[in-house]
Amino acid sequence: MDPTGATYWLPIVWAVLAAMAIFIYVVLDGFDLGLGILFLAEPDRTHRNLMVQTVAPVWDGNETWMIFGGAALYGVFPNAYATILPALYLPVLVMLFALIIRGVAFEFRSRMHTERNRDLWDTGFFVGSLIAAIMQGVILGTLVGGIRVENNAFVGGSLDWLAPFPLFCGVAVACGYTLLGATWLVWRTESDLQTTMRKWAGILSVLMLLMIGVVSLWTPALHATYMQHWTDWPRILFVAPVPVAVVALAITMFRALRGRTSRRIPFLCALGWFFLSFTGLGINIWPYIVPPGMTIWDASAPPTSQAFLLVGALVLLPLILTYTAYAYHVFRGPVSVHGETYH
Amino acid sequence: MAGLDSLFLARLQFAFTVGFHIVFPAFSIGLAAFLAVLEGLWLKTGRQVYLDLFRYWLHTFSIVFGMGVVSGLVMSYEFGTNWARFSQKVGPILGPLLGYEVMTAFFLEAGFLGIMLFGMNRVGPKLHFFATCVVSLGTLISMSWILASNSWMQTPQGYTMEAGTGRFIPHDWWAIIFNPSFPFRLVHMALAAFLSVALLVGGVGAWHLLRARRAGQQPTEAVRIMFSMAMWMAAIVAPIQILAGDTQGLNTLKYQPAKIAAMEGDWESESYAPELLFGIPDMQNEVTRYRIAIPYAGSLILTHSLSGKVPGMKDFPRDQRAPSYVVFFSFRIMVLLGMLMAALGFYSVWLRWRGRLWSDVLLQRAALIMAPAGFIALLCGWVTTEVGRQPFTVYGLLRTADSVSPVPGGAVAGTLVSFVIVYFIVFASGISILLRGFMKEPHVNEAAPDRHQPQRAAAMAAPISDTIPPSRPNREGE
Repeated sequence: MDPTGATYWLPIVWAVLAAMAIFIYVVLDGFDLGLGILFLAEPDRTHRNLMVQTVAPVWDGNETWMIFGGAALYGVFPNAYATILPALYLPVLVMLFALIIRGVAFEFRSRMHTERNRDLWDTGFFVGSLIAAIMQGVILGTLVGGIRVENNAFVGGSLDWLAPFPLFCGVAVACGYTLLGATWLVWRTESDLQTTMRKWAGILSVLMLLMIGVVSLWTPALHATYMQHWTDWPRILFVAPVPVAVVALAITMFRALRGRTSRRIPFLCALGWFFLSFTGLGINIWPYIVPPGMTIWDASAPPTSQAFLLVGALVLLPLILTYTAYAYHVFRGPVSVHGETYH
Repeated sequence: MAGLDSLFLARLQFAFTVGFHIVFPAFSIGLAAFLAVLEGLWLKTGRQVYLDLFRYWLHTFSIVFGMGVVSGLVMSYEFGTNWARFSQKVGPILGPLLGYEVMTAFFLEAGFLGIMLFGMNRVGPKLHFFATCVVSLGTLISMSWILASNSWMQTPQGYTMEAGTGRFIPHDWWAIIFNPSFPFRLVHMALAAFLSVALLVGGVGAWHLLRARRAGQQPTEAVRIMFSMAMWMAAIVAPIQILAGDTQGLNTLKYQPAKIAAMEGDWESESYAPELLFGIPDMQNEVTRYRIAIPYAGSLILTHSLSGKVPGMKDFPRDQRAPSYVVFFSFRIMVLLGMLMAALGFYSVWLRWRGRLWSDVLLQRAALIMAPAGFIALLCGWVTTEVGRQPFTVYGLLRTADSVSPVPGGAVAGTLVSFVIVYFIVFASGISILLRGFMKEPHVNEAAPDRHQPQRAAAMAAPISDTIPPSRPNREGE
């Protein structure tokens, strides 16, 4: 392949952009899914309302990154889109059902007339968030574990995802999202609720470190190429500092959680862990988009399609990030009840 | 036969999910525009009643928008799960259009929706109005992209076919987006969305007028304004929609004659063709039974000339005919409802002229019955255009049977059943919440926003919640 031509570079640019979009999604929807999972830990209705308040004005935007991911994959890497989704048919659809239930629960839970129905939608919010998070991990794990492809089409079975590694990834991602949710709430709430969330953030941090460790050891064992990626020059340059950085973040995290003064640092540390895990994963599977057989070039739409969408993305994505940041800015600051509830 | 079954199930699943979905974006398009008008009127005139109405309909908007987002999320992945081969071949063309829709519309809507729903006390009225307008603009941009995509599937151009793979390779984006049926379809859909919401608003207004009459009370100003605005919309937009539908029909005749033949239930191509008011098309025996026909009307409507030649289904091979027994009826229901809407509009104008707009019980009952008519007509219109495109996904080029995913029928059946159950629970709850909201009167004299007042829990978590007593939207402010 000609390394100076558009057919070589456009897929690389798009792979980076797509990875960025997925990371933004994981971070943004991660904390609001995690917040839903934390409903289990927080039965008090006033507290639950406060938790939802912290994301109510922004959750539609968070979920939009997922729609963008689907659309971009469809337009830019159609062969990957048409392979991954049939291969992960059941996990994807279960995830979508879960996201539907929890999405409407946002709106419905406060509008129910009876206590029983309110509790029912609160349960829906929790279960939907949990299942969506687990399924996203399963999807990731299946992809990393490899999907059987022949002639650009999926040829595996519909239950291939039901294997130890994908399921473990499901638990790991759910755990990570819950940590993001807990640290987000440490940032955005006060008093009792914040104290509870600090406690949870501590427990979940320990779990998260364990999970990162297990996945890091397990992944290279999946494929010989992954093992090489961790030992080959020059990739080792990117890989070697990762464990060090994870530990540094852990120290910062635990000090901040104990310190009681810093509200934002735990969330930033959790983001750091996600960023490191995510980049580690990217380095692992590069340049495959559907390991072990389909590279980003195999999966690509023609350059005319990729270039057309790229022009828009380069102009619009910075704009989108700007007004999204503005929306977060408008609703900044801790939420609180001030002794006022709306019963 | 397993392949055929999973094809049928995949089609059923798509029809079910997209049918549920389309109602909500259409609702959002119409309602966002209505909200922008109401807020604009409030800012311009300073009259409290417009703010009351704005808040009243904002309740509905947050629910409708949320349901549109979650049901739309399904659509953006369903192309891949159920229509993988379609995605592979058409992704290079439709994918970027969908990508632009997300970047230019979905983010815009989602980014400003929070401010629109919760931000009145945080950003001040002018910036809030700006946010409302941006959300409304977003719904319109979104509609434009999705209709460009759909229209391309009906009247494809601007592509070359890749030898060997059968992929569609874009070579002229302008031609792809502005394909021949796009402008007509866009106008028809936009008007449909506005009309659907107008009729719903009119129905809600009528319900409150009828209730006030039964209780022996005078209807409130908010109810009267709501009803009056809706009836103006019906009177003005319904006739325009009939004209727009007519031009769309001419366009379809030119580019998709097979669809027209199926819609009309005509088998032989002929001049001086009649228009069938009723009939039962029989695809097997190539005949339409129990016909009730108006002589010459078919040619007149479709070609605007008595002698115009109209296509028949026998012009096309059997394996390229759309199922007439579906589109024949869906088309007629849509047209009938359109006529009734125009009649409602004209009747309201006459009553308005006679000074009886708010007192005529017949008009109110008619408006109440017609409340869902716009949405039903809209669904019938989509059924007509989508089923009328069969047996192709890309008209004349890519067959539906060659578009489906290699997923076993059992998996598709299982998820179809799950969709039916989940959608039933979710949308039944949503609709019951909406109806309960409609049965409440608009709150009178809600406190005007005050940006200097601290934003607190009650106002933020549930500014639009039923749980706040009508006269006390910001209790802590008292």
